[in-house]
Amino acid sequence: MNGTLDRDRAADYPLHRRAVVAELLAERGDMLVVAGLGAPVWDCTAAGDHPLNFPLWGAMGGAAAMGLGLAMAQPDRRVLVITGDGEMLMGLGAMTTIASQRPDNLAVVVCDNERYGETGMQLTHTAGSVDLPAMALAAGFESASAISSDNEFKAALPAIRSAKGPGFWSIKIKAESNPIGAMPPKDGVTLKDRFRAALLGPT
Amino acid sequence: MDVDNGSVAAMQSVEVDWTDANFSVLRDWEVRQVAYVPDAGHAELIRRCDDAEDMRLVPLTTEEEGIAVLAGAWLGNQRGVLLMQSSGVGNCINMLSLARICRFPLLMLVTMRGQWGEFNPWQVPMGQMTPKVLEAADSLVFPVDDPAKMGETITAAARMAFEGPAQAAVLIGQGVIGAKSFGK
Repeated sequence: MNGTLDRDRAADYPLHRRAVVAELLAERGDMLVVAGLGAPVWDCTAAGDHPLNFPLWGAMGGAAAMGLGLAMAQPDRRVLVITGDGEMLMGLGAMTTIASQRPDNLAVVVCDNERYGETGMQLTHTAGSVDLPAMALAAGFESASAISSDNEFKAALPAIRSAKGPGFWSIKIKAESNPIGAMPPKDGVTLKDRFRAALLGPT
Repeated sequence: MDVDNGSVAAMQSVEVDWTDANFSVLRDWEVRQVAYVPDAGHAELIRRCDDAEDMRLVPLTTEEEGIAVLAGAWLGNQRGVLLMQSSGVGNCINMLSLARICRFPLLMLVTMRGQWGEFNPWQVPMGQMTPKVLEAADSLVFPVDDPAKMGETITAAARMAFEGPAQAAVLIGQGVIGAKSFGK
């Protein structure tokens, strides 16, 4: 038994995480990207390692909050947080902290497979009644929506890249396991230094 | 602020003095993001930061958010500070890994509960654990029990946090802020 969670429905979602993230990052311009731990890190790296990606190998629950601090420090740059449903749920309070600051350059995208993907695909609360975009809207995000088809995703791409924020998108993706593939650098200082060098030049 | 005995007016003048010291250090280091979960001991500093045009108050729902917010701030080239009560240190433990493994500068100003003259025993376990937890997380720890030492201590901690970069926690003792009594 798993409470009211639905163990079957995410197996039939048509969108695939690797394709979604590759498309999100295809025309990234000078966007700054924070990737939440687990599959979003592998997805972002599969789309091409980049010094302006900050992949989190830990700090579960911190991706959106980190995106907030970055967005406030760099108000002229688009900041995109790409994370998973389990990671977002662990830091749900950050949704209200972001809404209270209302950075207009911040976009949060949750790749929502309704699973803890790294630990054996156990169900998360989004496999039940929990509606993350509704929570983001209620908190006070500028916009928030759920995406479950390729048409909806294509239509949302311009807004994810440039609409007034803070914006929140939950992209429902198929519950599937991918090979991890390429990994980004694992050393935190390297990740920090290369990000700052790419963003700020010599400091 | 709450005090358990003595002259409220005298204690308030002491609080203003060390708030001045704390605020001027944040000024000197051009701190831009002030992340906090409030505590009565930080109330005056929060008010001063709120009045500063170039400081942005970031109220949090839990203290660990602040570790991540300030890491993002530093990626974007802004300095920050995290204000919290000692109980909040317990909420930060796993997230402190982020500051440690990436060597993000992290200045924490921690007002102590359950440390000295505490009336509420529920505050005592975390209050007593606070320095041990921070040390276990590889943070520099700067306890202050004398209001006269506040200014030099936060100056030292901020320099080591931002020049390190390192995690540095100033533990502002109940001997400095007064032990909360809720009038008991």
